[in-house]
Amino acid sequence: MFKNTTYSLCLSLLLLALSQNSLAATTLVAVAANFSKPMTEIAAEFEKSTGHTAKLSFGSSGKFVSQIENGGPFEVLLSADEKGPEKLEKSGFGVPNTRFIYALGKLVLWSTTPGYVDDQGKILSTGGFKHIAIADPKLAPYGVAAVEVLKKKGLFDKLQPLFVLGENIAQTQQFVSTSNADLGFVALSQVIENGKIGSGSGWIVPSSEHSPIQQGAILLKNGAENPAAVALINYLKSKPAIAIIEKYGYDLPK
Amino acid sequence: MLTSADLDTLLLTLEVASLATLFMLLIGTPLAWWLARTNSAFKGLINAIVSLPLVLPPTVLGFYLLVLMGPAGVIGKLTTELGLGTLPFTFPGLVIASVLYSMPFVVQPLQAAFTSIGQQPLEAAATLRASPLDSFFSIIVPLTKPGFLTASILGFTHTVGEFGVVLMIGGNIPDKTRVVSVQIYNHVEALEYSEAHWLAGCLLAFSFTVLLILYTVLKTQPNVQQLK
Repeated sequence: MFKNTTYSLCLSLLLLALSQNSLAATTLVAVAANFSKPMTEIAAEFEKSTGHTAKLSFGSSGKFVSQIENGGPFEVLLSADEKGPEKLEKSGFGVPNTRFIYALGKLVLWSTTPGYVDDQGKILSTGGFKHIAIADPKLAPYGVAAVEVLKKKGLFDKLQPLFVLGENIAQTQQFVSTSNADLGFVALSQVIENGKIGSGSGWIVPSSEHSPIQQGAILLKNGAENPAAVALINYLKSKPAIAIIEKYGYDLPK
Repeated sequence: MLTSADLDTLLLTLEVASLATLFMLLIGTPLAWWLARTNSAFKGLINAIVSLPLVLPPTVLGFYLLVLMGPAGVIGKLTTELGLGTLPFTFPGLVIASVLYSMPFVVQPLQAAFTSIGQQPLEAAATLRASPLDSFFSIIVPLTKPGFLTASILGFTHTVGEFGVVLMIGGNIPDKTRVVSVQIYNHVEALEYSEAHWLAGCLLAFSFTVLLILYTVLKTQPNVQQLK
């Protein structure tokens, strides 16, 4: 009798362990460079609340798109734009109807020197700087937005000779943070600390100055059958995830 | 087809590589000579420093250079003091970075060539009252011609193919720092595959031709090893 109970207890424990094991899966996520900080935090929360693991790979969206189209193992893409996910859905590498905007990027004109950039961005017309870093508008939506801001101010032609182009927004931020560029247009998420610009000085560009920087996510064919990938897509729309996204200086589509 | 912007990047690349090769030969020759002859305790240390770019990932080297040559860096402060400004995002900065990056490809073949000659030819020249400089140019240089050829071509082609360092310190400025490897990368990133293929094809054909010439010409040259 006693033996039997122990036996069945062991068996049920074993079954429980096995079932937990099969529930907890791992998913490989391609994350746009500008979203690396919030996503790291979201992934940690995701792991806590679902038991799944999200492995994050950071880089530029364009590179991820070509990697995915050429057999890249990613299961979810968090792009820096909406074009990448759209393209993948069309070419059949994304799962249809899983595409959504997970964040709206905010642009900031930033310098490591405190008091250098005023809160209106007047420094752009005052000038006196040698290099201004922007993300390559050909490759990065933050670069497109930066160009729009400058064109709207009528300063594009004047400042173009001073451009240094980062191949993505992370590299652009590096040019500024090492002071090699006096100032530059970076993502607010890169320089925000506790709800305000952490160091140096900056002008948070009003979103009316440029077309929205819509960052799109999509579930990829590789991850269609993976519960962790599906769960992550859903988790990104959850309250805790949204709180983190906003904390890092992004807006959410209304 | 190649656009005019693509052609500009090709030209700029050739300029950077030619200048860098010239400087590498000027600095690398005495350095390789010293390394080949010396019994100094520093030989190992200098050898290790020269070879470091072979091991370091180019982006790491590029990042160090970005920090060191930036306004807050040691080199950056020095160049600012000298009235040269800072070096990242400039053509001279790119050449200097290329020299550092490709130096082992010049020093190592030269060092091997100098070592393989041995002391005898120089001692013979000294008994004929040739000055050290004279014997260097009339004996060593002709004897180590294949070494110089290998060093120049490897240094040149390696600079043409450099990417990570330029990406980190270049800033992708047309006609100043936008070299062909960065342009190819940008085409791929922008999903412009046909433009990327054209440019990459040119680079491939160029590099292959140069290496082919190197190895066929070298075959007809006297081999340094046989002189032992």
